[in-house]
Amino acid sequence: MIEVRSISKSFGNNPVLKNISATFEKGKVNMIIGQSGSGKTVIAKCIVGLMEVDQGEILYDGQDFVKLDKQQRMDIRRKIGFLFQYSALFDSMTVEENVMFPMKMFTQMSKEEMLDRVNFCLKRVNMADKNALYPSELSGGMQKRVGIARAISLNPSYLFCDEPNSGLDPRTSIVIDNLIKEITEEFNMTTVVISHDMNSVIEIGQNINFLYSGELWWKGDKKGLITTDNEEVNKFVYSSEFMQLLKEKLAASFK
Amino acid sequence: MFIRQVFARPQKFNIFFKRFINECYQIGIGSLGIVSIMSVFMGAVITLQTAYNIDSWYIPPYTVGFTARQSIILEFSPTIISLILAGIVGSKISSEIGSMRVSQQIDALDIMGVNSAGFLVLPKITGAVFMFPFLIAISMFLGLLGGLVFGYLSGEITLQRYVYGLQYYFDDYAVKYALTKTLFFAFIITSIASYFGYYTSGGSVEVGRSSTKAVIISSIFILLVNYLLTQLILI
Repeated sequence: MIEVRSISKSFGNNPVLKNISATFEKGKVNMIIGQSGSGKTVIAKCIVGLMEVDQGEILYDGQDFVKLDKQQRMDIRRKIGFLFQYSALFDSMTVEENVMFPMKMFTQMSKEEMLDRVNFCLKRVNMADKNALYPSELSGGMQKRVGIARAISLNPSYLFCDEPNSGLDPRTSIVIDNLIKEITEEFNMTTVVISHDMNSVIEIGQNINFLYSGELWWKGDKKGLITTDNEEVNKFVYSSEFMQLLKEKLAASFK
Repeated sequence: MFIRQVFARPQKFNIFFKRFINECYQIGIGSLGIVSIMSVFMGAVITLQTAYNIDSWYIPPYTVGFTARQSIILEFSPTIISLILAGIVGSKISSEIGSMRVSQQIDALDIMGVNSAGFLVLPKITGAVFMFPFLIAISMFLGLLGGLVFGYLSGEITLQRYVYGLQYYFDDYAVKYALTKTLFFAFIITSIASYFGYYTSGGSVEVGRSSTKAVIISSIFILLVNYLLTQLILI
């Protein structure tokens, strides 16, 4: 479980995160949603330590990440898998080398053991037999799947996914969403998904946190998100004509 | 701070070593062609210009070989070739690391718990420091050879006089001085290029901008350090 308590972050005089507290539960797909510029990516970067918070606590299973020294932070980071918006695969490495990389860096596994694990991870994301390809030879959806395989290669306790559906068509998005959900449940991970895609939220969201102007404006589950009276949440959820058309049906289905 | 991170102990020595070998290949073999071409023609031009400028009966003809040797060993090979390498190797390093930064590959390394600066930059610096002296030594040889061949073909000097000039009052301290300078230049080129690449933010335009800045700043530093080292070591 990951808890953030009263975290704030500013860039100069511009506050981006304002006193946010939230809990990301184990074995669930926890979502941080909000419109562009609401602070979603900044909060994720703060939680994993790519940015420092100005104040507050970030607890990984009770350990305050903010107060840890560099080595202790590295130890926690090794338990984190991160799927980036554009996959961030190492383009000089093949699919196999990308997935194997964390094992090479942080384990004493033999080559055969690493290869077995690589093949298991690639098979799990339906990318078996693609070992020899380079990232430039893969489609966006395939790159995301390899990104997930790399993220789970060390059997992490925490999985972060930053806009996992960006740049993907709706069908591929659903495949990636379901993969994230299945993996979360299968490996009992604490998964945090940053998204502004309502399809994803409806598809896999279990514990949803809505950010607005750097504040945690609303939190709850899928049903609550659909039926809430909160004006800003409604503006976000029903921003498209398509969602407005579905509004009554969705509300009825979640009653 | 950046340099401290770069020179932190590698997390896996065997991975560092593989990357070091790869960088030696990329920097050394990758630059060998252009260094060779530049050196041969540089040596040829220096020889012909020297021959043209000292066309006088009271200056001995072997002075052409002697002057070409001194110019090539002391200055042209270590400094001019390093300036060219600042453009080739420096911009390559800066744009490679900068592209990794803007495509979040460096963030990926950081999140995994990898010391990204050390992982990416240390093999480049050590590879360049290791390979540059070989490149410059090859450049010296080819420069002198170019002078010999083109000087002879142009009819400005005989082979015997040119070779005599090359050997005339030869002091190996000049070579040591030149190769010492090269070590500094290798460090300057790779560390400055890596720094600008590593701290790139934005997109492809910024990657290009970082690359240009890296070449300009490292060229200025090379000239400055060249002057300081000459003052300190040679004079």
